[in-house]
Amino acid sequence: MSSDANAKGAKLRDVHRLSPGWNALLHLIAGAFALSCIFPFVLAIVISFTDENTLALDGYSIFPKKWSLFAYDYIFKTGDQVLHSYVVTLGVTVIGTILTVSMTALYAYALSRKSFKYRKFFTFLAFFTMLFGGGLVPSYIIVAQMLHLKDTIWALILPMALNAFNIVILRTFFQTMIPDAIVESGKIDGAGEYKILLRLVLPLALPGLATIALFSTLGFWNDWFNALLYIDSNSLVPLQAMLMRIESSMQFIIQNSSLLNSGESREMLASLPQETSRMAMVVLATGPIVLAYPFFQRYFIEGLTIGAVKD
Amino acid sequence: MRAFLRDLNHNKAFLTMVLPGTIWFLLFCYLPMPGALLAFKKYRLDQGGFFSALLHSEWTGFKNFEFLFRAEDAYIITRNTVLYNLVFIFLGLVLSVALAIILFNLTQKRWAKFYQTAMFLPYFLSWVIVSYFAFSFLSVDKGLLNQVLAWFGAEPIQWYADKKYWPFILVFMSMWKSVGYSSVIYLAAISGIDKSYYEAAMIDGASKWQQTTKITVPLIRPMMIILTILAIGGIFRADFGLFFQIPRDSGVLFPVTNVIDTYVYRSMKVLGDFGLASAAGFYQSVVGFILVISANWFVKKVSEEQALF
Repeated sequence: MSSDANAKGAKLRDVHRLSPGWNALLHLIAGAFALSCIFPFVLAIVISFTDENTLALDGYSIFPKKWSLFAYDYIFKTGDQVLHSYVVTLGVTVIGTILTVSMTALYAYALSRKSFKYRKFFTFLAFFTMLFGGGLVPSYIIVAQMLHLKDTIWALILPMALNAFNIVILRTFFQTMIPDAIVESGKIDGAGEYKILLRLVLPLALPGLATIALFSTLGFWNDWFNALLYIDSNSLVPLQAMLMRIESSMQFIIQNSSLLNSGESREMLASLPQETSRMAMVVLATGPIVLAYPFFQRYFIEGLTIGAVKD
Repeated sequence: MRAFLRDLNHNKAFLTMVLPGTIWFLLFCYLPMPGALLAFKKYRLDQGGFFSALLHSEWTGFKNFEFLFRAEDAYIITRNTVLYNLVFIFLGLVLSVALAIILFNLTQKRWAKFYQTAMFLPYFLSWVIVSYFAFSFLSVDKGLLNQVLAWFGAEPIQWYADKKYWPFILVFMSMWKSVGYSSVIYLAAISGIDKSYYEAAMIDGASKWQQTTKITVPLIRPMMIILTILAIGGIFRADFGLFFQIPRDSGVLFPVTNVIDTYVYRSMKVLGDFGLASAAGFYQSVVGFILVISANWFVKKVSEEQALF
């Protein structure tokens, strides 16, 4: 879609001529906003490589007086929790994405087929959940007390495993991108519905599946909400939630500054990673996404534009 | 009955396909729905599990709601949720359309592409990460903003303790995170406009500005209207991460940072008051449902095929 859009843009160039002054101004506006989007991440990287004492003296700075590798050294030497959280996040992301994509594809494919007699009913079953929900409290009680998922890895996966919106996107994709003739030809050859889906439809639907897979990878990687609700034990805390916990313990100590000079709070402070190490964790938690997203951007845009088109 | 069984058999491949999803929807979406009734009960956990507890706990009528609405809480969280969302929707619309038009008109397409990739970045970060970023600007003793203030000889500001700045900070953060992403939708729509419109306008001697106001904007107006109405349908749902992570749980700021979603969460997890939390949640679900239905009704009036249902 985006390459298509660009091709059109290139052709338009002779039609569209902007005066150099205006062009410069537009570059300035777009460039300034683009810079503001990247700058905080660059700053975080710089902070993570800053010497801790320099930071304490000068504050955060994009040009620190003294650089240091201490933060990363510290994480790799003492970072059991970081490593652990990385494994949790990776595991949740991989299992979650596989589960999401397969459940979504199966459900969406059935809905896309006109010969499925109960298609209307199951469309409604999925669709209604976009309109009305029981709310946070009953959902919490169901997951924690009835399904007994509290403090298990499944509490991080199952509540996010499916959503009606993805189903609608993929169903539309199946309907618009897969010609009926292909399905019919499979039927004539005597293939069953599953065979048609696996052999004929899915290979053609790869771009659509990639979109869903990327949205859900991103969702699982970035999730902290389920951990906030359901996870207590340290061994199951994903990366984002770990960063959130460090932040709130810091906040707790600062807000209870009367405790600040007590032995207990000093001990607490000492047990928390230092400022530069915390930023190094931020960098490690976002690094994979920042490195990968420019290559996958196209699929996100595609997902958006497919979602905007309805059957 | 026979015919029904035959139909089932006919559709059994499809039925097994929707089975996992159906089980999921039943467990995670439909099972909690009757739980909304908790709002009218005094919830006590008993041995029989959730539904037995739900059935056997004592009815309290509107007591939970009375508490919610008497304490001024309902007013504050409703006001915050609705006003912030309104600002997000309209400012977001203006900024993302403007940005899409700017990117479309840049003569150097390679740069336009680069800007777009950069603007996309915030969308991919979690609010936890963004909260760390915000802290590097807003920290009282080390933050960049106070360094800049000091440079001009001004007094440092206690950003996390002064609520007058927060409406601006929250609006800024929301725009920063979402505008790059939403401008992509509009850019795709603008790129799809037939270029012969522009050619004709050029022949008639229309300026760039006239082309934008007379061709580009009118042609994407239906899309703007529909996306806006749909967003208004969700006006009772706040972005939990923004309001929970960015203010760093600072109690002083609650009057301007507390929204329905954070209120429900805190009532439940921090105060342990399930009655109050479910009353607020019920209020949100019901009003939200009405809003979505009405938004859809409006969309249907504007353009039949764009409606959700």
